[in-house]
Amino acid sequence: MKVSEIARLVDAKVFCDCGEDTEIRCAFACDMMSDVLAFVKNQAVLITGLVNPQVIRTAEMMDIPCVIIVRGKEPTPLMLELAEDSGITVMNTKLRMFAVCGILYNQGLPADTGE
Amino acid sequence: MEDLHLEFTVVPDDFTRAGEVSGKVKKTLKDLGFPPLVVRRTAIAMYEAEINMVIHANGGKITVTINPDVITVVFADSGPGIPDIGLAMQEGWSTASEEIRDMGFGAGMGLPNIKKSSDYMDVQTELGVGTTITIKIFTNP
Ligand SMILES: Nc1ncnc2c1ncn2[C@@H]1O[C@H](COP(=O)(O)OP(=O)(O)OP(=O)(O)O)[C@@H](O)[C@H]1O
Ligand SMILES: [Mg+2]
Repeated sequence: MKVSEIARLVDAKVFCDCGEDTEIRCAFACDMMSDVLAFVKNQAVLITGLVNPQVIRTAEMMDIPCVIIVRGKEPTPLMLELAEDSGITVMNTKLRMFAVCGILYNQGLPADTGE
Repeated sequence: MEDLHLEFTVVPDDFTRAGEVSGKVKKTLKDLGFPPLVVRRTAIAMYEAEINMVIHANGGKITVTINPDVITVVFADSGPGIPDIGLAMQEGWSTASEEIRDMGFGAGMGLPNIKKSSDYMDVQTELGVGTTITIKIFTNP
């Protein structure tokens, strides 16, 4: 599923566009960056309600190409600066985490199984 | 290629900058052409250890030695030390505060994840003196 398609499906506003055509194969939803670091194995899209620079750093280390911030929270300027540097797309949506997961799952985006 | 030595200082109490060193080293390894998995494993282990230095100790020093066959990273801090390393290595064991958890860390996954992401891990720690962690990642598995 393309990043642009994800943005359309969850009605997201894209702040830092680092490749609308990037192909996403799976997703991981979590507010604990510790768990993202321990469980994500593939280049998943990260769905999170956490807003701080470590969200982008975590994505950077994990080769996560796209971060979706839920519940209408706004990314900070430092987050966008870091995302720009690392080529990570950042978007936000007013939807809550469960809704975002449900919509993307329904449209065929699977979970990152950690394998 | 000769061994490449890099040294960094991790500043204490600046959560927003935690991860800067790991990010820099990741870019260097990528530019040097190491395989993506080697780059990612090094980055994950480094980032976990760097975050630990900021939240559990008062910053410290990171030394990276890059050789075509092996990447060695030493994290040295003069923080409080780890009372029971056997316990600390267990998944889920953490002394992190509520404040740290609110920032997305403190699940007790870091040390086990460093071990999983690297090929060798050694922890030397003494209460009131500090902690030194050495990791190695072999580049041709
Ligand atoms: N450099 C250090 N100095 C002192 N204590 C440390 C250090 N690194 C880890 N510890 C101790 O070991 C515990 C376990 O560390 P670990 O990295 O596994 O989990 P965490 O940092 O608490 O949470 P997470 O890594 O999941 O965000 C910490 O809670 C802390 O008590
Ligand atoms: Mg940790």
